[in-house]
Amino acid sequence: MSTTARPADALRADDTTRREPASPGLKKVGGVAGWIDDRTGAAKGVGYLMKKVFPDHWSFMLGEIAMYSMIVCMLTGVFLTLWFDPTQGEVVYEGSYVPLQGVEMSRAYASTLDISFDVKGGLLIRQIHHWSALLFIVALSVHMLRVFFTGAFRKPREINWVIGCLLSMLALIEGFAGYSLPDDLLSGTGLRAAQGFMLSAPVIGSYLSYALFGGGFPGEDIIPRLYSLHILLLPGILIALFTAHIVLVAVQKHTQYPGPGRTNDNVVGFPVMPVYAAKAGGFFFIVFGGIALISSLVQINAVWVHGPYMPNATTAGAQPDWYMLFPDGALRLLPGWLEHTTFGFTWAWPVIIGSLLVIPLFYAGMIAYPFIEAWVTGDQREHHLLDRPRNRPVRTGLGVAAFTLWAVLTFASSNDIMAIKFDLSINDITNALRVLTFVGPLIAFWATRRICLSLQRHDRETVLHGRESGMIVRGPDGDFHEVHEPLDPYERWTLVQHEAHEPLQLEADEVDENGVARKGGAKRKLRARLSEFYYGGAVHPVTPAELEAAHHDGHEHEAIESANRADESEVDPVRSVGAERH
Amino acid sequence: MNDHTPQGEHDSTPVPLNQGHVQGTGGIPERFENPGLPPHVHRASDTDEQAAKRAERTIAGLFGLSMLGTVLFLVAYFMVDVDEMTFVPGIGDMSLSNLLLGLGLALALLGIGLGAVQWAKTLMPDEEVVEMRHPMRSSDEAREGFVQTILDGGESSQLTRRPLIKATLGGALGLFSLPLLVQLAGSLGPLPRNDLSVTFWNGEKGEDGTWTAMQRRLHLDPEDRPIKASDVTIGSVFHVLPEGLQSELHGAEKLNEITKASVLVMRLNPDEFQDTPQGRKARDWGYQGIVAYSKVCTHVGCPVGLYEQTTHHLLCPCHQSTFDVTNDCEVIFGPAGRPLPQLKIGVDAQGYLIAEQSFQEPVGPSFWERES
Repeated sequence: MSTTARPADALRADDTTRREPASPGLKKVGGVAGWIDDRTGAAKGVGYLMKKVFPDHWSFMLGEIAMYSMIVCMLTGVFLTLWFDPTQGEVVYEGSYVPLQGVEMSRAYASTLDISFDVKGGLLIRQIHHWSALLFIVALSVHMLRVFFTGAFRKPREINWVIGCLLSMLALIEGFAGYSLPDDLLSGTGLRAAQGFMLSAPVIGSYLSYALFGGGFPGEDIIPRLYSLHILLLPGILIALFTAHIVLVAVQKHTQYPGPGRTNDNVVGFPVMPVYAAKAGGFFFIVFGGIALISSLVQINAVWVHGPYMPNATTAGAQPDWYMLFPDGALRLLPGWLEHTTFGFTWAWPVIIGSLLVIPLFYAGMIAYPFIEAWVTGDQREHHLLDRPRNRPVRTGLGVAAFTLWAVLTFASSNDIMAIKFDLSINDITNALRVLTFVGPLIAFWATRRICLSLQRHDRETVLHGRESGMIVRGPDGDFHEVHEPLDPYERWTLVQHEAHEPLQLEADEVDENGVARKGGAKRKLRARLSEFYYGGAVHPVTPAELEAAHHDGHEHEAIESANRADESEVDPVRSVGAERH
Repeated sequence: MNDHTPQGEHDSTPVPLNQGHVQGTGGIPERFENPGLPPHVHRASDTDEQAAKRAERTIAGLFGLSMLGTVLFLVAYFMVDVDEMTFVPGIGDMSLSNLLLGLGLALALLGIGLGAVQWAKTLMPDEEVVEMRHPMRSSDEAREGFVQTILDGGESSQLTRRPLIKATLGGALGLFSLPLLVQLAGSLGPLPRNDLSVTFWNGEKGEDGTWTAMQRRLHLDPEDRPIKASDVTIGSVFHVLPEGLQSELHGAEKLNEITKASVLVMRLNPDEFQDTPQGRKARDWGYQGIVAYSKVCTHVGCPVGLYEQTTHHLLCPCHQSTFDVTNDCEVIFGPAGRPLPQLKIGVDAQGYLIAEQSFQEPVGPSFWERES
């Protein structure tokens, strides 16, 4: 790795060396641009940005989808504010949806019905808003998985990973706040549960709930308050964090997948102008168009079905939006006997864990991970080349284990629906999921790590002995073997470019010259043990020497089968396959 | 794999912990060289003017489609009534206006997007460009200069020499957010006081917030009429609110009281109560097998809405807490930590069900000081 120092004010010195030749076009564009540049000096910076190179890969579009659906969501959100009335005052509905005419309801619910039935195109805007919110959280979650499994969170991108985690968590809260606004039966039931969550907080629970709800539940303050959170405070923070996220991506330059020509010191891809302007700009319209298409065809959150919220009414099969299923699932799995009373004070653990701790713990784990991994592996270098997930079996295993835990909890949120659809006992399903909560992640870790190691070995096989061609050749001795096609250097590079990882090891001198044990020995031992866990038994990439060796006595590897063939090959070096391969 | 040791495992040299990652030299053999970018492969539209023309036509067609989509949206907006319905095979009935507006908008957007991407993929340069990276850290001089500027600032402002200013500034900065925080926390809502522990069953609420005990009749929700004990047949389940709640209260106050005072009334054969202390208490607090329980789940407060007549189980639809009515609504499954509170009932002179006393414990979700 090059670490040539360079003065900070010339950080980008050799990035702007290419010069556009003067041309008639310069004059044409230069008029307005020149006027602005005279006043801002923007030409240099904007020109640099337009020439910035971004690498190309489908998985880099996940973050783009998140960004675009967030923009669509904010745009349609502004539309909705023009008709939505976020107050809980009671009105008698007189709009055009017949089944609810004459029913008493809050203005919030009545205006949501008006948007759906009396404002032309209002239903479309509402559905685009909801669908884009869901897509936003899907896309940012999958984007996070991509970043995690490819190691894109490593130095220097830890800050951006943390910002991303905060963005993701705020998006959940923003989504929940929005879901609670229409004041239909489902959203009110969600709010009721939320009040129960607040009540469970040790010491401050009832005060917290009475403060946020402006008194008892439901009161008439919560919807206006959530509204100001939903349309002002949270979007403001989201936009600020998102801007920081994007600026950091530009400053740090995008990571790239390993491959021929790609190094830790370069970015290989296409410039913004014109390629990414067209591709990314066009992709915004594709995402927006896709959301519009779904919103025209698939009904979402039909708020009129269950009627206005009444605290004593309920509906079976009620679930939050998909991204809130995992805490809801945790709430369903936690057994009631965990609740305890000590000194006359109530610890409602089943609620505290499921509602107040699960989400913060998930995000705390994600935020902490890059720092833990860096400490365990002792890796303090900058990384701009992504990992292939298989080359990091333990990290990939941990990621899949965490995902499995999330998935089990998410499924648990449908335990009643599963019980009905599959005609099973809900108690059996719940108990099974309780076990899976603990066992599932362990199995997932073990299996994923094994699969990664196998894939790495398979990569080695492919490099050493070429790709299976499917062609079977009969040798002069009447034996059969398959022809393997060697890889060209470009294909091979992708499979051998990664590092051979070694666990950190304890230094021999655990005692100093006076025979006194060095300080922090337990910490060092833990670190060595974790490092062994990370890198112990690692499969290393093929080296040129190994490939050379395989070419020389590679015959036994060629064979379809058997160890005794290997013995044969030593006494019988004349083999047709060897000739084909070299 | 037929060998037991993983391939490619090398004798590892111990790496000192305090040096972090060290690129070993001795044990690790030489590595492959990065072969550089593979040769560029031209697209059909780079070499064949015909193909380029075709691409141009495709792109123009997509942009044209977008304009058609806009026209469709406008036509649908002005021609289709908002309440017209239509049937779409495979999806079902839906609003025609929503369908056409959405399809028009989707076409308008997708036409632009797909056209632009097709343009980028077929006609724009596809030869990869290499840009160099530079380490993120500033040079040592820049870092030292930065630190020096801060130190100089501290020095020249005399902050370091005048600890009194330092301490008082720290105190002032530390405290100035308090007015805002106090205003916010203090004014958001009232203190809970006993609000979580009293319900409309407690009687009549005076102006000063105290309750005068009163035995309220059980009224059907939402019909708002009293219930004769003889009307509650075995196996039936009634949704009940206290007499007066539905007629006297309005708006938020009404919803708040409904939240706490909702009750389920069921009638069991008196023999069906279990012979446990709880079961006997449940029967005693009822009237001829008619029992009344809070409808508010003790987990997070959803209405406990499902009653299984044969097993006499109450099930909360939100998180599936299950309560056994024959045993004083003890939790037999799920996340609720406590049984549903029972309302002690009897009959008045006219034979209508009344609450003989209020709930003896707070209803609804657990909270810290609920037992005090």
